[in-house]
Amino acid sequence: MTRHTLSVLVENKPGVLVRIAGLFARRNFNIDSLAVGPTEHEEISRITMVVNCEEHPLEQVTKQLNKLINVLKIVELEPGATVQRELMLIKVRADAESRSRVLETVGLFRAKVVDVALDVITVEATGNREKLDALIKVLEPFGIKELVQSGMVAIGRGGRSITDRALRPVERSA
Amino acid sequence: MTEQMTGRKGPSGSERPERAATGPSPRDLAARSPHHQAARPADGPPHPAEAPLSAPGQPAPAPAGPAHAAPAPAVPGPAEPPRAQVTSPGKVRATGAQALVYALERVGADVVFGIPGGAVLPAYDPLLDSKAIRHILVRHEQGAGHAATGYAQATGRIGVCMATSGPGATNLVTPIADAYMDSVPLVAITGQVPTNLIGTDGFQEADISGITIPITKHNFLVTRPEDIARTIGEAFHVASTGRPGPVLVDIAKDAMQATTEFSWPVPFDLPGYHPVTRPHARQVREAARLISESRRPVLYVGGGVIKARAAAQLRELAELTGIPVITTLMARGAFPDRHPLHMGMPGMHGTVAAVGALQKADLIVALGTRFDDRVTGKLDTFAPGALIVHADIDPAEISKNRRADVPIVGDCREVIADLVAAVRAEHEQGRRPDLTAWLAQLGSWRETYPLGYGQPDDGTLAPQYVIQRIGQIAGPEAVYVAGVGQHQMWAAQFIDYENPGTWINSGGLGTMGFAVPAAMGAKVGRPDATVWAIDGDGCFQMTNQELATCALEGIPVKVAVINNGSLGMVRQWQTLFYNERYSNTDLHPSGTDPHPAEEPRKLAGTRIPDFVKLAEAYGCEGIRCEETADVDRVIERAMAVEDRPVVVDFIVHRDAMVWPMVAAGTSNDDIKFARGMAPDWGGSTE
Repeated sequence: MTRHTLSVLVENKPGVLVRIAGLFARRNFNIDSLAVGPTEHEEISRITMVVNCEEHPLEQVTKQLNKLINVLKIVELEPGATVQRELMLIKVRADAESRSRVLETVGLFRAKVVDVALDVITVEATGNREKLDALIKVLEPFGIKELVQSGMVAIGRGGRSITDRALRPVERSA
Repeated sequence: MTEQMTGRKGPSGSERPERAATGPSPRDLAARSPHHQAARPADGPPHPAEAPLSAPGQPAPAPAGPAHAAPAPAVPGPAEPPRAQVTSPGKVRATGAQALVYALERVGADVVFGIPGGAVLPAYDPLLDSKAIRHILVRHEQGAGHAATGYAQATGRIGVCMATSGPGATNLVTPIADAYMDSVPLVAITGQVPTNLIGTDGFQEADISGITIPITKHNFLVTRPEDIARTIGEAFHVASTGRPGPVLVDIAKDAMQATTEFSWPVPFDLPGYHPVTRPHARQVREAARLISESRRPVLYVGGGVIKARAAAQLRELAELTGIPVITTLMARGAFPDRHPLHMGMPGMHGTVAAVGALQKADLIVALGTRFDDRVTGKLDTFAPGALIVHADIDPAEISKNRRADVPIVGDCREVIADLVAAVRAEHEQGRRPDLTAWLAQLGSWRETYPLGYGQPDDGTLAPQYVIQRIGQIAGPEAVYVAGVGQHQMWAAQFIDYENPGTWINSGGLGTMGFAVPAAMGAKVGRPDATVWAIDGDGCFQMTNQELATCALEGIPVKVAVINNGSLGMVRQWQTLFYNERYSNTDLHPSGTDPHPAEEPRKLAGTRIPDFVKLAEAYGCEGIRCEETADVDRVIERAMAVEDRPVVVDFIVHRDAMVWPMVAAGTSNDDIKFARGMAPDWGGSTE
């Protein structure tokens, strides 16, 4: 099993996410991570998904995805040639005694404090999976009260854009 | 419950809209009336049906054909431009419902099978005025869906069905799933509750677009009147191009009632839809090279060849190469059964020669087929020595079940035509394999293990004989439509098919109850052809209400009920795999008594239901046949009835079984041609 990151460009229309998520579910695929958002084109949304599977089933599900009418383009992003980021918000216990050590750790990871309460601070961190996992590990001893993470978003390095030619016009009309 | 049932479809279809006040809520009527009035003034726009393109009987678009993209008149009735309604050049004022009907006419829909109801009522009003569209009022929405499928399979055109929201739409789920599995170009149009009620659990609300996502090629929920015409154009385009399939268009009632501007043609908004039809030349050359090098090749032909109208090209390829052909359940008729190169049908109930051809082949050229589990048997022992050339219009089918050595994505007609040219080029280079030994081997299996059956000892009718005689008497120009089960397999085995489109059945989904409504649709599509439904008594009781539709609408189908008093195929499995414990497969209590301790009711020997009386109650001719000597006479009598549907109740032996058989989950190598009888492969094919 290997991790694969897929960038799926879809029409920005209601119900598209359900078609994609449903396809994965009924073809017996687990999605590890999913992030959806707008792109530089108003009519296109971009879904970044991380799946854990072998090569052959991945090819199958990619072909099935391609058959969805609202899917414009699918690109597998190679980890080496891609910038990958996730966002995490963590509430960490930080009383007068531990606060300075927590802040020091947060600083080491270039994370930010975005909210402070009497004995809790809320930290915002971005990075790849490994960095965020490491941060969680070092904050755990202080006591993590709550944690929320986004799905991964990823973009290829270099000057090329995967949205080029994603909106080919349909040649025919009624 | 009663209230639900009576209120379910709103006012019945026979009621005029003016009387509809008892059905929909007052608000519905209030919302509709102004548009309704404005839409149909006496001096209103001439009906679009008067436009030349919409003339009835005009050939409708073929799947993948360009017909429906041909330029159409820009406005309905261009000869007499309506003054008041024209809002700008090329546009005409219309309700959403009128736009729907105009668009259906423009895309070439000539028949719609359906049932009206509350949410779809606005569409039925302008439908009443359409001269180009014949609406056939069925008795159950499932019948509408299967009829549209039968129509599509018999004609190669797009089948259309229509239903109301909620239960009307959910009753279409089975035929939509059926069409999806068999890649049938089908457009289902459903009314939806008004936009302001969507998501509120409104009366007769069901999220049919959500429900049908897994079983449609695509679907649409339309909530704006200006989107209706374009969506209909897109739905027909998507349903019929690439790999065909069902498309559902769910239209909110208020979108149909509101006023919009209709124009035609409309540009599509399908930026993600680009089906590939042209095969890759290098792959085709590679396939031709493998053909030249093979010694035991076989053409494994599926329903895609019929969909692509490639029967002529297939015959040319087979005769050019001398490669034997096998046709799957969905491809019966794609290659003439009587052709010497035809080895029959592969699969669970295929011929020994066809199954053996796959298992012993060194090259399988798979054309428009998908290596279904009923064909491959246990996948990892399927065709162990074969290289695979797999041509299909759907790239997702290639290497899905069996890895292809040469994948070819494209329309089968183009693929096979290109293959013919590439093989010719190989021949010109002197590369032409000698297939004599292989053909002799297959020929000997075909002779040693022909399809056959025994006559029952007790003098009752052999079902296979009945079906074989229907095929021989009605001939290869007739259309045969089967339900699902033993009778379906016998109809696939014992009728000789010579022409594509003459065998229609539910292959992928295995939908019992398919035959009667699908035969109805086939007869509507091909009124000059004799259409025989070969049905089982179990299947027949699921959908025979459509006999009323057939009788009233003048659709004289012929139905052969192969009546063995049981769910025969399930019973066969109980015989073979469940120790002859016949749990709930007896439809006539004449055999085993399920409740021996209770007071035996006098049911043995009765006929419940009596299919002859049932046929007569439905306005059909009903005939019963119980003797072998009567079979021909009865079939000929049924053939002579042309003014109404005929139902023949053939009382057949209940223990007849379908052979050969590859038991589910076992290897094709373990095929039995009769109970406990394995063929001798000879072991000499290497």
